[in-house]
Amino acid sequence: MAKIIFITSDSEKVELEADSGSVMELAVQNGVQGIDGDCGGVCSCATCHVHVAPEHFDKTGPASEIEQDMLELDDDANEYSRLCCQIEVTDALDGVVLHVAK
Amino acid sequence: MKKSEFSDPFEQARNEQGIGHMNDQDDPVTMVLGLKDVRKCAHNWKTFQSGAKPGRIVVPSEVNIRDTRQIPFEVDPPEHGDYRAIVEPWFKRPLEDEYRAKLRTQIESLVDEVLTKDDIEVVGEFSLKLQSRALTLLLNIPYEESEVWIGWGTHVFRSEGVALDGDKAAILYDYIDEQIDRAQANPGDDLYSVLLNSEINGRKLSKEEVKGVMILTFAGGRDTVINAVTNSIAYFAEHPQALSRLRDEPEITNRAVEELIRYFSPLTHMGRVATEDTKVCPHGHDVKADSRISLCWASANRDEKVFENPNEVVLDRKVNPHVAFGFSHHNCLGATHARQIMHILLETLAAKVGSIEILDAKENIEDLDQFKRKVGFDSINVKFNPR
Ligand code: HEM
Ligand code: FES
Repeated sequence: MAKIIFITSDSEKVELEADSGSVMELAVQNGVQGIDGDCGGVCSCATCHVHVAPEHFDKTGPASEIEQDMLELDDDANEYSRLCCQIEVTDALDGVVLHVAK
Repeated sequence: MKKSEFSDPFEQARNEQGIGHMNDQDDPVTMVLGLKDVRKCAHNWKTFQSGAKPGRIVVPSEVNIRDTRQIPFEVDPPEHGDYRAIVEPWFKRPLEDEYRAKLRTQIESLVDEVLTKDDIEVVGEFSLKLQSRALTLLLNIPYEESEVWIGWGTHVFRSEGVALDGDKAAILYDYIDEQIDRAQANPGDDLYSVLLNSEINGRKLSKEEVKGVMILTFAGGRDTVINAVTNSIAYFAEHPQALSRLRDEPEITNRAVEELIRYFSPLTHMGRVATEDTKVCPHGHDVKADSRISLCWASANRDEKVFENPNEVVLDRKVNPHVAFGFSHHNCLGATHARQIMHILLETLAAKVGSIEILDAKENIEDLDQFKRKVGFDSINVKFNPR
């Protein structure tokens, strides 16, 4: 079981727990504001963009090349950006803080 | 070649030049073919604008048959964002349970009906009906109105060859004028009324603006959905094991929807007008100010630099960064609706249909000058067999 903490753009803190699936699915199922997951997680829509808290970046690791190609053209992107449909929930994520970009 | 095989006419030009050329009504188009380049140009609205003369960013150009600006499609940021903010919540309604349940009822009863027939012409007797009925949900108007649109046939919006038919377009424009007048006289909770009542920067939307949104809602969601549905039927006819796989592994349905939409790319390309002398692509092709480029979604979606086995339908393709619904600012407003249609269609076919036989088919080949692209079917007759 991993605890995942979302901070929305309204500074609302949402703490959720899961042991499988993607971080995007977890957020959408729980109605986390700013994560729409329009493409269902195939990395085509960029509506699941989060900024990983810098001190937790080693929990998620960096974006893949395909993700980076999408993020490069996103005006809100920074070096800690991820498309969270591409982050699998595992124990390694426990305690991670994700700032929702939108 | 199989009927459901859609080859990639852009491969060589994409790899050798990165662009293609198309002359359309003496307003030539430089077609941008690679995925990364398409994305970059789509993002760069300052250099590649949508807010040109109405009709010009459409290929073939519609400047001679239309003056109404389509909204938000032919508007650039920042005004574009103001319009999107008005319409976006409405176009997310397909995510609501009630909407999905109604859509499911529509699709299930249509599939039940075609299962009783010996010979169905899919474009006219299945896809057009499905698309028209579903649109009543998106506009939130009575189901019966779909009879009017089905009565227009598939050709009201379809341009045959390069010459666009202004008379056919007039049927739609006159109809929309009438509907706006009706909604003004008698407001309800349909999209026309909601738009007439919406405000942008402290003022009400004008009738012309409402018309601009409605034309786009009709035209943008017609052939695209019809081709996505028809081509998917052809695919399942020739890949019956895909239907049984969806039955056994329903969790891949979402991926299958995205993959079919990538593979068929129902909208081939969309234009932009350069606002300055510039270059496109790694090879640096010159593009002159006030000339047109197009963002070729269909080519980008077969880019072998990004997609493994780009010319195969990989039903459970996991990472699928396609641009069939566009990219960046102008990404498809109707995508939520289109995705729900496809999702429910695949579930329903998997549940009810055992096999589909193709009896006869006439392909619809788009003439893009340098390229000829199969985009769908003019007609395709099939027999649906129950499970
Ligand atoms: C499978 C079906 C569909 C496909 C493949 C598709 C494809 C696209 C693409 C590629 C764009 C981007 C155009 C650009 O960048 O200039 C777009 C925009 C748009 N589409 Fe779709 N579309 C589909 C269905 C629909 C439906 C059902 C509707 C509405 C009923 C719709 C309404 C729109 C609108 C309003 C825009 C303009 C958005 C903007 O400019 O901000 N589309 N579509
Ligand atoms: S959900 Fe579409 S890119 Fe992540």
